[in-house]
Amino acid sequence: MTTATTPAARHSAPKVRKRGERSPLASTALHLTLIVASVIAVFPVLWVLLTSLKPAELASTTDFFKETTFENYTNLIKDTKFLTWFGNSLIVAGLTTLIGVIVSASTGYAVSRFRFPGKRGLMWTLLITQMFPVAVLIVPIYNIMAGMGLLNKPAGLVITYLTISVPFCAWMMKGFFDTIPREIDESGQVDGLTPFGTFWRLILPLAKPGLAVTAFYSFITAWGEVAYASAFMVGEDNLTLAGGLQLFVNQYGAQWGPMTAASVLIAIPAALVFLFAQKHLVTGMSAGAVKG
Amino acid sequence: MAVHTSQSVAKAAGDDVARGRSRGTGNPPPPGKLRRALSTHWYAWTMVAPVVVVIGVIIGYPLVRGIFLSLTDANERNVARSIGVNHLPATYKFVGLDNYADALTGEQFLGTLGWTLVWTVSCVSITFVLGMALANILNRRIAGRSAYRMALILPWAVPGFVSVFAWRFLYNNDRGLLNKILSGAGFDGIDWLGDPTIAKVAVIVVNVWLGVPFIMVALLGGLQSIPGEHYEAAEMDGASAWQRFCHVTLPGLRPVSTTVILLSTIWTFNMFPVIFLLTRGGPGDATQILVTQAYKFSFEISPRDFAQSSTWGVLILVLLLIFATVYRRVLRTQGDDW
Repeated sequence: MTTATTPAARHSAPKVRKRGERSPLASTALHLTLIVASVIAVFPVLWVLLTSLKPAELASTTDFFKETTFENYTNLIKDTKFLTWFGNSLIVAGLTTLIGVIVSASTGYAVSRFRFPGKRGLMWTLLITQMFPVAVLIVPIYNIMAGMGLLNKPAGLVITYLTISVPFCAWMMKGFFDTIPREIDESGQVDGLTPFGTFWRLILPLAKPGLAVTAFYSFITAWGEVAYASAFMVGEDNLTLAGGLQLFVNQYGAQWGPMTAASVLIAIPAALVFLFAQKHLVTGMSAGAVKG
Repeated sequence: MAVHTSQSVAKAAGDDVARGRSRGTGNPPPPGKLRRALSTHWYAWTMVAPVVVVIGVIIGYPLVRGIFLSLTDANERNVARSIGVNHLPATYKFVGLDNYADALTGEQFLGTLGWTLVWTVSCVSITFVLGMALANILNRRIAGRSAYRMALILPWAVPGFVSVFAWRFLYNNDRGLLNKILSGAGFDGIDWLGDPTIAKVAVIVVNVWLGVPFIMVALLGGLQSIPGEHYEAAEMDGASAWQRFCHVTLPGLRPVSTTVILLSTIWTFNMFPVIFLLTRGGPGDATQILVTQAYKFSFEISPRDFAQSSTWGVLILVLLLIFATVYRRVLRTQGDDW
C-alpha cells in the first residue's frame, strides 16, 4: 500500500518529512558531533591503555603496535607495592561499604515510610552533610585519629569514610524504598508483621537491587577518595591506590610505564561494573535527589 | 502514607514537635507529650538511631571540634601530641574570631575565593551546556545510540584519580601527547600546567571532561520523562525546533536541572582531587581553590597550621550553606516544590 502511494506523495511534497525524520545533512551533523564527543571522552583512557602496553623506553612516543608488551604490568606487580595498595584499598572500601549499608538501611526505610518528629531535621542533616567539604572535617578527624593512634591504620580510614558513606547511603536508599509500593507494607501489617518485620522480611528483599547499587556507589566513592587517603596514610605499605599512584608521578620525575599499567588495572574492573550498573545508579540518584 | 508507627493523633502533632535537629528528643515537649511521642514513634526512632548515633559521633563531634579549633591558634607545635612515650599536653590558646578576621580581611582568602568562584561557575556552566547538548542528541532516534552512550559515560566510570593522572600524562611537557601533536604540526609546545593562565584553563578542561557524563545521563533521564504529546502539540501550533526546546524541553527538565546544578556546583566548589593531583594548586597558588588551600595549611606547610585550615573549612561550609539556602528559596518563590 505504501509503495503505491509513495511516488505521488514524494512528488507533491518533497520537503515534508515525518516526525522524527531528518535530512541526511542533519544526520551527518549529529553523528559527527557524537563521534567527536565520544573520541574526546574515550581518548585519554584509551591512550593510557595503549601506553601501558608499550615498552617503557617507548612510553613517550606516539607510534603504536610496534612492540606490544606486558612488561609494565609484570614490573608493576613484581617491583612495586601495587598489590599491597590494591589490598589496602579493597579492605578500606569494602569495610566502609559494608558498614555504611548496614547502618543506614533501616534509616532509609524509616525516612521513606514513617512520619515522625525529627524527620525533617534528619533529612536536612543527611543532605547537608553531603555538602560538607573535606576541609571542615579533615583537621579535627586527623587530630582525633592521631590521639587514638588510628592514623596510618585502615580502621582509621574506614571510620573517616563512614562520614561520607552513611549520609549518602541513607539518602540513596530512601530513594529506592520510595519506589517500592506501599501496598506491600500494608499487606505485611495485615498479616501481623511489626514495622520492623515488614522492613526485614518484605521490603529488604525487594530492595536488593537498590542496596546493590548503593553499595556499589559507596564502594567506588571510597575507592577513589584522595584527600583523606593522602593525609592519613603514609609509608609505602599503608597507602591506598590513590596514594600509591601519586608515587609514580612525583616531582622527581614520572614513571609513566608503571603508572599507566596501574591505572589500567584500577580502572578497567571499576569501569566495567560501572557501565553495567549505571542505569540503576542514575534512577536511584535522581529518585533520591529529585523527590527530596 | 499507608504505614505509620503512629496512630493518627500523634501524626498531626508530629510535625510541629522538634523539627529542628536530628536528635529525636531535642526541643523536649512536656513530659506527658514526650511519653506519648515515645510510645508512638519509638519504632521510627529506633530505626533511625544507628545513623543518628554515627552522624553524631563521627561528624557532629569533629565538626564541633573543628569550629573550636578555628577559634584557637592551634598548630602542629602546640596541639597535644605524643613523642615516644612522653605525652605533651596541648598549649594552644583561645583567640576568638581573630582567624576569621584575618581570613576575611587578608588578600589570600579573598583571592582564592575569587578563583574558586570563577572555577565553579565556568565548570558548571560549560559542563551543563555540553551535557544538555549531548543529552538532546542522544535522546533522538539515531543509529548506534547505545554505543555512543557508553563511550560518553566512560569518563564517569573511571575512578577520578586515574583520569586525572591520565590527563597529567597528556599535559606532560616533553612526553605528553598534546605537545607532541603541537610540535608535529610545527608549533612550540605549551607549558600546560606551568603557566598560571593556561593551567587554569587546563584544570577546567579536565573537570568539565569528568563532569559531563553525570549531567548528560541525568538530563537524558529527564528528557525521557517529558511526554511526547507535548512536542506534538507544540508542533501542531507551529513551534520551531528552537521554540520547542525553549518552551517544552527546558521547562520539562526543570526539576532535574535544578537538582543537578545544585549538586554539581557543590561538588565543583569542593573538587579536591582534580586540583590536588593535577597541579597541587600551582604554579604558585594560581589554581588553588579554597579546599585545596585549606588542605595545604594543615598538611603541606610546616608548621602545620590547624587553626587557619579549620577556619577556611568553616568558611567554606558557611558559603555552601548560604548558597544552598538561597538557591532553594529562589526556586521556591518561582513555584518549584523542591
